[in-house]
Amino acid sequence: MTLESNIPDGPLEQKWTNYKNNAKLVSPANKRKFELIVVGSGLAGASAAATLAEQGYKVKCFCYQDSPRRAHSIAAQGGINAAKNYQNDGDSVYRLFYDTIKGGDFRAREANVYRLAEVSTDIIDQCVAQGVPLAREYGGLLANRSFGGAQVSRTFYARGQTGQQLLLGAYAGLSHQIALGSVKMFPRTEMLDLVVVDGHAKGIVVRDLNTGEITTHAGDAVLLCTGGYGNVFYLSTNARGCNVTATFRAYKRGALFANPCYTQIHPTCIPVSGDYQSKLTLMSESLRNDGRIWVPKRKEDCGKEPASIPEEDRDYYLERKYPSYGNLAPRDISSRSAKEVCDEGRGVGPGGLGVYLDFSDAIKRLGQSTIEERYGNLFEMYRNITGENAYERPMRIYPAVHYTMGGLWVDYNLQSNIPGLHVLGEANFSDHGANRLGASALMQGLADGYFVIPYTLGNYLTTQFGKKVDSSHPAFEQALADTNARVKRLMDIKGTKPADDFYRRLGLIIWDYCGMARSAEGLKEAIGKIQALREEFWSDLRILGTDGGINMELERAGRVADFLEFGELMCLDALVRDESCGGHFRVEHQTPEGEALRNDENFSFVSAWKYEGDGNMPSLIKEPLVYEKVKLATRSYK
Amino acid sequence: MKFHLKVWRQKTCKAPGKLEEYVAENIPAEASFLEMLDIVNSQLTGKNIEPIQFDSDCREGICGTCSLTINGIPHGKGRGTTCQLYMRNFKDGETITIEPFRADAFPVQRDLVTNRSAFDRVIQAGGYISERCGSAPDANAVPISKVIADQAMDAAACIGCGACAAACPNSSAMLFVSAKVTHLGLLPQGKPEKSRRVLNMVHQMDEEGFGNCSNYYACEAVCPAGVPASFIGRMNREFTAASVKEMVGMSV
Amino acid sequence: MITSSSSSVRTGPCPAHLWIFSSIGKKTIVALTGIALILFVIGHLLGNFSIYLGPDAMNLYAEKLHDLGPILWVIRLGLIAVVVLHIYFTMLLWKENRTARPQKYIASDPIKTTVFARTMRLSGLIVLAFVIFHLAHFTVRVVDPSFQEMHTLLDGRRVHDVYAMVIKGFSSAPVVIVYVVGLFLLTFHLSHGIASLFQTFGITNSRIRRNYECAARVLAWALFAGYVSIPIAVLVFGLGKGVGQ
Repeated sequence: MTLESNIPDGPLEQKWTNYKNNAKLVSPANKRKFELIVVGSGLAGASAAATLAEQGYKVKCFCYQDSPRRAHSIAAQGGINAAKNYQNDGDSVYRLFYDTIKGGDFRAREANVYRLAEVSTDIIDQCVAQGVPLAREYGGLLANRSFGGAQVSRTFYARGQTGQQLLLGAYAGLSHQIALGSVKMFPRTEMLDLVVVDGHAKGIVVRDLNTGEITTHAGDAVLLCTGGYGNVFYLSTNARGCNVTATFRAYKRGALFANPCYTQIHPTCIPVSGDYQSKLTLMSESLRNDGRIWVPKRKEDCGKEPASIPEEDRDYYLERKYPSYGNLAPRDISSRSAKEVCDEGRGVGPGGLGVYLDFSDAIKRLGQSTIEERYGNLFEMYRNITGENAYERPMRIYPAVHYTMGGLWVDYNLQSNIPGLHVLGEANFSDHGANRLGASALMQGLADGYFVIPYTLGNYLTTQFGKKVDSSHPAFEQALADTNARVKRLMDIKGTKPADDFYRRLGLIIWDYCGMARSAEGLKEAIGKIQALREEFWSDLRILGTDGGINMELERAGRVADFLEFGELMCLDALVRDESCGGHFRVEHQTPEGEALRNDENFSFVSAWKYEGDGNMPSLIKEPLVYEKVKLATRSYK
Repeated sequence: MKFHLKVWRQKTCKAPGKLEEYVAENIPAEASFLEMLDIVNSQLTGKNIEPIQFDSDCREGICGTCSLTINGIPHGKGRGTTCQLYMRNFKDGETITIEPFRADAFPVQRDLVTNRSAFDRVIQAGGYISERCGSAPDANAVPISKVIADQAMDAAACIGCGACAAACPNSSAMLFVSAKVTHLGLLPQGKPEKSRRVLNMVHQMDEEGFGNCSNYYACEAVCPAGVPASFIGRMNREFTAASVKEMVGMSV
Repeated sequence: MITSSSSSVRTGPCPAHLWIFSSIGKKTIVALTGIALILFVIGHLLGNFSIYLGPDAMNLYAEKLHDLGPILWVIRLGLIAVVVLHIYFTMLLWKENRTARPQKYIASDPIKTTVFARTMRLSGLIVLAFVIFHLAHFTVRVVDPSFQEMHTLLDGRRVHDVYAMVIKGFSSAPVVIVYVVGLFLLTFHLSHGIASLFQTFGITNSRIRRNYECAARVLAWALFAGYVSIPIAVLVFGLGKGVGQ
């Protein structure tokens, strides 16, 4: 099997324009005849559903939340990048493209990233027209701030709630289309399987989370906009409900899963305080501008009150290791360094998993009121969650998983290897390579939904005239029966432990062996442990109640079951990628200074995994990454 | 810590419900309220009692999914959502009553899970700006003063959780509706549809069975996003102005 | 394609009907009638103050009002209509508000609401009962039939001696207690009612709300002080003792 990425011809800057000029169009009269299935209502899903409906397609949109407005895109804080160059500071489409490619450690597909940078400017126009209240300057023009990995100010924001405001903008557009009857919305409905007819994605199987009823829906194309799989770690900054089920089920029906080992770990989160914990909370990275990160030099001091540890017994390890960047070292470096000192036993707080972020110097230098002005809301949030006053006692922070760059493999059309199955947003793999830059996730979700899929979908649909399949097709009946059997199997285990028990243990395995630092030996061990855990799950799970009506334990068990399989795939991918790049750090491959060491000669490819049946090793298909424009370089932060 | 819980249990939408009593034991003070319920649920599963069904998702106070009324206060004491409430704020041994958000327009689906789709329908009635993707002018083409943009943002911060309607003795949704009317009505992009929007949204709100505003201001006291009740006043004004326009035969 | 904007005229039932029976419309009607009643209450108090100018002043004021003839009846019927509308729309709102929450909270908490706001219906109904008593007392004069017989000479005309009637009326401690209680509840009603007007008409923002809420309370209590001063002056300080007897 070879992968056809379908990148259009021509120079990089002309590819998207050429593509649009030659893309197949569907006439308005024919659009009405096509029914599209959109799964997920986050930035990618809501924007795609609204825009396609606006164009005249009939759309069905599904989400597991009780309202499309609650998708987890809502939690993004920082901002959205766009190459507007409103600051006149030298920004351009090319620079945004290059920063993104470089930030991704040269593991993303060049043409896709260039297109992303190109449409980024349209996104801002679109959002402002929708009424998204992006921050303004007194003169009435849009404000920008700078973000990691860039030397220009190109990030647009709406206080600390940019994701919320962009999502509500897309939700408003979606609501408008629902009111017009062009979108039919199915909230609290979870996709449990993909229906493939003669090699084409033609429908989905869903469970109504209110009634427990399992049904099928047929459509002319299926768009998965179901987000990432960060929750495989159990603890992450993702929402409780975020899951891999939709994309993993598609994988099991033949879609390729690309680069599952690429995960991003954010350095400044509030540490875990106990095993009851269900969620990690991100603290803005901006805190590192004024806070100094340290741990005690000696293990014995870890339990002491931080104020009682004298200056000479403190190790400001980022300042020591990276004198020029210091506390502002990039995300992956900071995260990894925190892990290192904690592994040495010098971590602070419960379980020794935390480092201090100390503002006492900044308070002395600038006064408490300045610090309050800059970070007051973050200190308040920290106090609310931990009960500690960070003005008096250093904050404790620790890295946490918050984004996954891997996802279903897609070509330039955002179509997976299964014709008709399109994948948008965090659910696909295409734009961020091995590491994502801050404020780029929102950009990608909206680019895919507003400006890419409306142009690329026609290429597939024009091949589908007269090929409508309805849900009485045997493939639908088969998928329905499979799903019912699976639910029944889960209900019938009648063991002793709730799903979360297994889930928490899975998370620990993944975190320990496939987290910030990975080794061949550890990954092999992890695979064995996951297999054993999976076996235990399928023999000792307990779900009370019935499969009719609301049963959140059942919902959770189904998601955990998929994570238990997916976790293994992730470890396998991490094992096979025998190099370090971006968020994927293999301890065997580092420079003498401990930096990630890429192997461009052997690993400049996308790993796409094909499901080969339960119990069989999935097969690896490689898509070589060809760079026409950029030269591969080593990132340095010294 | 240990708590005595009285939890509303209700099998289905139509079945009658009642408070059941449970004991929550070995709860860490650092646990959030929802994590306390997670622990209780796993203890209940061990005792062969069906876990308490409750909604939650982001658990960082922004998605608006959680919908618990704790000791009679939606989202419990203090500003913020239920997920941002921590057990250290309760006394050891305290009795805590947990009920769902209550309003005729928010029917209980099961236990503490309510159906808040009425809010979605109110937004569908007009909580948007009609624009076509791809037709937008440059984002800086229309300057918007910082003051107006900030005020619009204050209104747009609403997370749609429904605590306002759950706290209001009349189950009125005026704070929610006024937040959207204010957000869009303040911005130049939203002006062309201003009158239609407020008329359609208010009539839809009435149709959903929410109560009327008695200026109690319980809504703003519980609003996790800090949306002020003065936006309700603004909406009253806009609604009456739009109605008068319509009465005298002007197109809106 | 955007189709919802294709028709610029909203179609449907009569716009006035839609407004009147919308939640905000009903509320606004209660507020408008409330304004009329507050103006009446203020005007009534100013008239009452004539008592401090002596018997002739008060009787002259009463007689001028009577001389309005048919106009007086128009005003009276108007006031009755205003009261009826005020109560009717309040009851409509009340009924809807009750059905908006069929299942009450078992554990309840007043959450910020003031006692004035929570007792609007009760205070309103008691005020209504008080007004009926007041009308029976001084207008229809059935509480003490002897009021019918009080007359005096004003500029040579034989007129009803309102001044003497008021003095006699307020010489009874139980009656004064009824008045003080009735007026106290009116004050309760107005301290929320006056502030609410601003919110209902949308003359508000977060900053000025505190100011008008305060002003509303001051006005309500000022009215209370003004009204109550008369029965107290009569009963406690012996205003009008010996006059006309």
